[in-house]
Amino acid sequence: MNFKQETINGCQVLSIQDERIDAHNSAGLKAELLQRVEQGGEPIIVQLEQVRFIDSSGLGALLSGHKQAVAKSGRLILVNIQPPVLAMFEITRLNRVFEIYADLNEALATQA
Amino acid sequence: MSPAIIQVDVIIPTQTRYLDLIGSIGERIAKELDSYSGDRNALAYHLNLVLTEATANAIKHAQDKDPKDTVRICIHIEERQLTIKVYDHGQGFDLEEVPAPDFEHPKENGMGLFFIRTFMDSVTYTRQTDGNVLEIIKYL
Repeated sequence: MNFKQETINGCQVLSIQDERIDAHNSAGLKAELLQRVEQGGEPIIVQLEQVRFIDSSGLGALLSGHKQAVAKSGRLILVNIQPPVLAMFEITRLNRVFEIYADLNEALATQA
Repeated sequence: MSPAIIQVDVIIPTQTRYLDLIGSIGERIAKELDSYSGDRNALAYHLNLVLTEATANAIKHAQDKDPKDTVRICIHIEERQLTIKVYDHGQGFDLEEVPAPDFEHPKENGMGLFFIRTFMDSVTYTRQTDGNVLEIIKYL
């Protein structure tokens, strides 16, 4: 799993560079998220603009990060989800579980 | 004009790095189905997803076995029906025992078969002495 990482306005922004999240790279995503949640503190914003395909294991990896963040009173936020990928969140109703914003600016505004 | 019959038969090692290849074949095939009247982009995603999930499942069940083990994926398309068969040599599982996901208490695992059942029209799993087969049918 390829990431680009930056800190903006006190948030860890993790931009996923792969077009596809499946059982081949989802374990790497899960490990990365859990490690960042463990470090604690700053909200984690996962930027999914490049991702055009996600399978059940990818959703599971994000869900794992979300649950761990909530358990530590943290936040894991998803932004820029492409419509076909968002449809996967909707059909599993995970769009009601995650904190999802249209883009980074919208997510950062919730920090204000 | 689509040919009346397309058949694609692929054999891969039981490694997840090949999921992209298998999923992409499904996505590409969907775009060839000129006669399909539904949303072809949605069908392309669904075939990518279903092939990815079914193949990942076969790979998972084959683990801890022979590293030379393979998964065979067969995609057969006729005028109004698309059939996917995924053959594995694992210990197999009981399709009826796999529970539907609990949307109120979502879990990290167990969504793969839900996707296959949701986007396709028929799913069966047959355990055989020389290997198992997951058969998925989509009416076009």
